[in-house]
Amino acid sequence: MTVTPTKPTAAPSKKSSTEVPPVRRKRGNHKQALAIWLFLAPAAVLGLYFKFIPMFEGFRLSLFKVQPFLGDVFVGLDNYISVITDQRFMDALGHTVVLGLTQTLGALVVGFVLALLLEGQARSLWVLRTAIFLPVVTALAVVGEIWRILYFPTADGPLNTILGWVGLEPLQFLNSTDTALWSIAVVGIWSGAPYNMVIILAGLTGIDRTLYESAGVDGATIWQRLRYITLPALRPSIVIVLTLAAIRSLRSFTEVYVLTGGGPAGSTEVWMTRMYSLGFQRNDIGVASAAAVLLLVVTLLLTVGTQVLARRKAER
Amino acid sequence: MTPARSSVTSAKGNKRPSSSARFDSALGWAPRFGTNMVLRVVLCILVFCIFALPFMAIISGAFDRNSSPTEISLFPKTFTMANFEAAQEQGLWGYLLNSLVIAGGGLLLQMTVSVFAAYSLSRKKFRGQALVMLLVLMTMMLPEEVIGIPLSLILGDLPLLGISLRGTVLAVILPVGIWGFSIFIMSEFMKEIPAEIEEAARLDGVGEFRMLFTIILPLCKPALGVIGIFGFMMVWDQYLLPLIAANDPSDYTLTVALSVLRNDTTVGPGVLLAGAVMAMVPSLLVYLFLQRSMIRGITSGATKG
Repeated sequence: MTVTPTKPTAAPSKKSSTEVPPVRRKRGNHKQALAIWLFLAPAAVLGLYFKFIPMFEGFRLSLFKVQPFLGDVFVGLDNYISVITDQRFMDALGHTVVLGLTQTLGALVVGFVLALLLEGQARSLWVLRTAIFLPVVTALAVVGEIWRILYFPTADGPLNTILGWVGLEPLQFLNSTDTALWSIAVVGIWSGAPYNMVIILAGLTGIDRTLYESAGVDGATIWQRLRYITLPALRPSIVIVLTLAAIRSLRSFTEVYVLTGGGPAGSTEVWMTRMYSLGFQRNDIGVASAAAVLLLVVTLLLTVGTQVLARRKAER
Repeated sequence: MTPARSSVTSAKGNKRPSSSARFDSALGWAPRFGTNMVLRVVLCILVFCIFALPFMAIISGAFDRNSSPTEISLFPKTFTMANFEAAQEQGLWGYLLNSLVIAGGGLLLQMTVSVFAAYSLSRKKFRGQALVMLLVLMTMMLPEEVIGIPLSLILGDLPLLGISLRGTVLAVILPVGIWGFSIFIMSEFMKEIPAEIEEAARLDGVGEFRMLFTIILPLCKPALGVIGIFGFMMVWDQYLLPLIAANDPSDYTLTVALSVLRNDTTVGPGVLLAGAVMAMVPSLLVYLFLQRSMIRGITSGATKG
């Protein structure tokens, strides 16, 4: 993702510089530089105020015991130690990883099945794909509200009614410590799978049809065809997207906050909800900031690591 | 891999006899009526039910009289607008207005900022360019979730300026104005525009602003579509930011207000559903209009949020 300077724009400016007198060229260069930074200025100001100053402020706060009217006290790494030794944060870490992996892998598998089912040029398939994509474009908070209603935990709740048709006992869904985390994972899969479907569909159209034909001539079954032609062809487009999605899931907040708020009995508390309740409801800003810094560092390391690995693989 | 190439193959495929059309999809779906076809239709209906019926139930519930989620059905039993009238009493239209102002203003700002920054980053050469690009990419690592706590403090007291944005729409609009993803997509696209076009215009004495708006931007329509729809989704999906930027609940956006409404026991699920429908309609419209851009953005390797 490094930037290669655009050579063509540099070349003509040098050429024209031989024709104009040196003084004017200098002024032209100044004008150029001014224009460049003027165009960058809005992004720079906004980035400084709403990204980088908060980031540094977060680092700073994480080293202090923050007390609004008494003044902040420097406590070194105490806040970090509080985070790491806090059982609820460790539980939250476990939930975050379980939820992230389940959602990412689930959304991949379901997305793959959807893509295989809906591959094709027919208009009816296109309409179906458009309809199925709706969960992705709906705001996560709205998706959460929809599912809270579907998950209504009495026997005559919408989803329990359907479970009743197939002869299953009604479930408590979000209200029970056994099922709450999985119920959230299902919502994540439901709203993420259609997105993966689109990526995989694009990969599927890129596969050379003659490969399928020759496989057919050789008498390969559909499963062999999937295993040896389709999957290998899709791998590059999926792997990186998937890894990034998994990393991003470390900071999932909205769906958990809307669906359960971390409950029941902390069984769905993830890193972000724990951080939020600590920072905004209990005003323990120092510890919450330390948790935020840890989250930032981990996501940064994982993302950079993924990119480096991907590039090394591409070079090979 | 290009769409053109795949459409060529499919065009060929359509002309081929049906026996080899089995090679047009990975699973070899048959184009003729048969068990294979029936299986596919059944599966399609199932999939449609799973992904689209919840929306139908929500819309139906919004137009129906119901006092409990257990009474929701796929079609309204008694069609009524009462839920939307009650929504007005709850101030939901005000929340919707908040949402629309923030989405409109935020998107406009975000796209403008991105286009300007991308123009410098892709069409110019200057010292520290790689560093600036690195910083842009870094902002993608700093979403509202990660910097939420210090950001909320800063929104309450802007450094140097000493003013508080809290409780105003600007507290949401300004932070979403900077989005590394959007800048990155835009500058990658602008890089592809041949330098000859720019040179010719420059010989005619075209200035920087006119260059950007009359020469470069018209060639960037596909990229503008992509950052338009992704940006809208990004702003509309904001949850934590409007939550921490608000002074009191009347500053909430519609999506945040829904959870307040849900916790209010005096409000029935019908009103909540009406609110959900109101929050769905704008994103639905944008999606239907910019669907092509959405698909293009996803398949070009863009990742969500």
